[in-house]
Amino acid sequence: MSVVAVLILFSLLVAGGFLFAFMWAVKSGQYDDKYTPSVRMLFDDKNQVFSINKKTNTIKSRTNVEKHNAN
Amino acid sequence: MQIETFNYDNKIVKQFAIATVLWSVVGMLVGLIIAIQLYVPALNLGIPYTTFSRLRPLHTNAVIFAFVGNGIFMGVYYSLQRLLKARMFSDLLSNVHFWAWQLIIVCAAITLPLGITTSKEYAELEWPIDILITLVWVVFAINLFGTIAKRREKHLYVAIWFYIATIVTVAVLHIVNSIELPVSFLKSYSAYAGVQDALVQWWYGHNAVAFFLTTPYLGLMYYFMPKAANRPIYSYRLSIIHFWALIFIYIWAGPHHLLYSALPDWAQSLGTVFSIMLIAPSWGGMINGLLTLRGAWDKLREDVVLKFMVVAITAYGMSTFEGPMLSLKNVNALAHFTDWIIAHVHIGALGWNGFLTFGILYWLIPRLWNTQLYSKKLANFHFWIGFLGIVFYASSMYWSAFVQTLMWKQFTPQGLLQYPNFLETVLQIIPMYVIRSVGGMLYLTGVVVMVYNLIKTAKQGTFADNEEAQAPALVKDPINYRKGMGHRWIESRPIQFTILALVAILIGGIVEMIPTFLVKTNIPTIASVKPYTPLELQGRDLYIREGCLGCHSQLIRPFRSEVERYGEYSKAGEYVYDHPFLWGSKRTGPDLMREGKKYPNVWHYYHMNDPRLMSPGSIMPPFPWLSDNVLDISSTPKKISVMRTLGVPYPNGFEQVANEELMKQADSISTDLAKAGVVVDPDKEIIAMIAYLQRLGTDIKAKK
Repeated sequence: MSVVAVLILFSLLVAGGFLFAFMWAVKSGQYDDKYTPSVRMLFDDKNQVFSINKKTNTIKSRTNVEKHNAN
Repeated sequence: MQIETFNYDNKIVKQFAIATVLWSVVGMLVGLIIAIQLYVPALNLGIPYTTFSRLRPLHTNAVIFAFVGNGIFMGVYYSLQRLLKARMFSDLLSNVHFWAWQLIIVCAAITLPLGITTSKEYAELEWPIDILITLVWVVFAINLFGTIAKRREKHLYVAIWFYIATIVTVAVLHIVNSIELPVSFLKSYSAYAGVQDALVQWWYGHNAVAFFLTTPYLGLMYYFMPKAANRPIYSYRLSIIHFWALIFIYIWAGPHHLLYSALPDWAQSLGTVFSIMLIAPSWGGMINGLLTLRGAWDKLREDVVLKFMVVAITAYGMSTFEGPMLSLKNVNALAHFTDWIIAHVHIGALGWNGFLTFGILYWLIPRLWNTQLYSKKLANFHFWIGFLGIVFYASSMYWSAFVQTLMWKQFTPQGLLQYPNFLETVLQIIPMYVIRSVGGMLYLTGVVVMVYNLIKTAKQGTFADNEEAQAPALVKDPINYRKGMGHRWIESRPIQFTILALVAILIGGIVEMIPTFLVKTNIPTIASVKPYTPLELQGRDLYIREGCLGCHSQLIRPFRSEVERYGEYSKAGEYVYDHPFLWGSKRTGPDLMREGKKYPNVWHYYHMNDPRLMSPGSIMPPFPWLSDNVLDISSTPKKISVMRTLGVPYPNGFEQVANEELMKQADSISTDLAKAGVVVDPDKEIIAMIAYLQRLGTDIKAKK
């Protein structure tokens, strides 16, 4: 049954790797924001237009459709 | 801040999409053929390449690695670029990935019908193809991590975490399970033997389901479900929690495939406990997917993409509830080896993987070709006929499983088996096999309609290889960078560095020691268990080539009903020379663990030539070519020496006399057959097959 040891070793290796990844994710601030990522991923459709506000140095993005509606 | 303009690679997505659709039809068509073969054995055509036992692994491999595999890559290559706001790392690697993966599939489609197989389920492909798979996987990994490295979006959306988990874990699983020693270019023996091999195989098998059919598809769900519904996922917090919980728990659940086997009890219980725990993260995923539609369920009435996705996620929920239930020992005692497992995996394959892929295709193809779906009506038709197909498929398989398992276990008041003839329990469920194939036919019809619909959609639109996009460059925060896990962090910490280096060395050392470590434990615990004779070894390889283990188990569980039917239950020590193990996972025919000496040689001769001659009504395919083919004995010496390297105690120099011994044993079987009035030359394959079958389970003398 010694192969159980091998399998546990490899399982721990995988789990340990993920633990490391998890700690990295938390430390590097991946999970500081638990809301906007879910919304942001919806807005990458084609015809996206960016504009830079030079005063505040922020970026606005909107789709052509929104631009059209605004006009 | 700098706005950068770049292109998404849509061409690679298109290629994978076409491959997904193509292989789905092929894989399911093979499935339908073998489903019908189960009640029309004549459909085996009496030729090797179209026989059920060789086509079954072709079906599973085609559906898992060709259909779902290409589906994964299609979804990953589309979503990854957009989530990271970057083109794939390298177009060259993308192309190598695509074409090499198709090459692997073609290799599988050629080798499996030819009987070139390792016999390990979902890992049947022989060692050269295993190496190719590893290389392609590395290409995929470099391409994915390279894209992550050059991303323009700091945050890694949850779908990407699922992709990462898939890449890393599948690599480890594939390598550990595929450690084998080549005999020739297309033949190898597993490095592990018997129970050990079974453990490794099902650790792999279970996690292949987890990390090939589940985690990548959950990643796809987290991208395409919100996209299709045009609303954010129900709870991003839940998605993070359930992801980490799922991957930490999944890798420990493998032993639930080996309940009531020779695996130690503590390991079996551990597998069961982790399997039950899996309900929580699995349902976390289901709830998150379904509740994305909260307040917008009315969209389901109109949107066929959402219909497919909702049924897929529901099937995922049902399947991940059923899985833990099947891991309970008392439920498993009934369900294992029956069609229940077939029903379970098809809820997953047809419902979860199939319907999610179709939903994604109906959403993606019109977008890639800048047009609308050609026909919503046809898509709706596909949805309902596919759904009906699943219902027919699952209900007939559940019914079949309950009937057969209860018949297997039924005793008369006098304490005898009520249905001692296995065939009787098979004949009882034939109508269910018919209904199952109708279900499969309905499902496949839906897929064919989809193909037409998608082709029409593509034809009315225009496709552009590259799609322009804009995003601000990612500014690396220098302070954060130093805090991270970069090399600078380790450089300033000598103690941590020493520990990590030590771990790396230890892993290397252990990996090197494993083979010797395993070989030593192959010393038999049962003195009467001896290595196979050269002829039996050749016969065993024929058993593997023909895929007998697709329908016949070699594992008698310690139940009264099984011991009465098949003989003494299996002991771990009986399998120490089995490279690979041949326990099987399904009893479409009876267990063969104690088949040896049950019937005379001539019975096996007639039975292999035409099973219905000896068992009227049997659904086993005929194997007449075994009586015509001449056994290739040139491989015997090499096989013996490879087995010795793996720890089987053949005496030194035995390979030189092995073929003499083989001939002697073949002659005696041929003479015995002649006495019974059958003239077969001793050099025919059937002689080796009979030798192997007559050896099975005869090493230990039990009652009777």
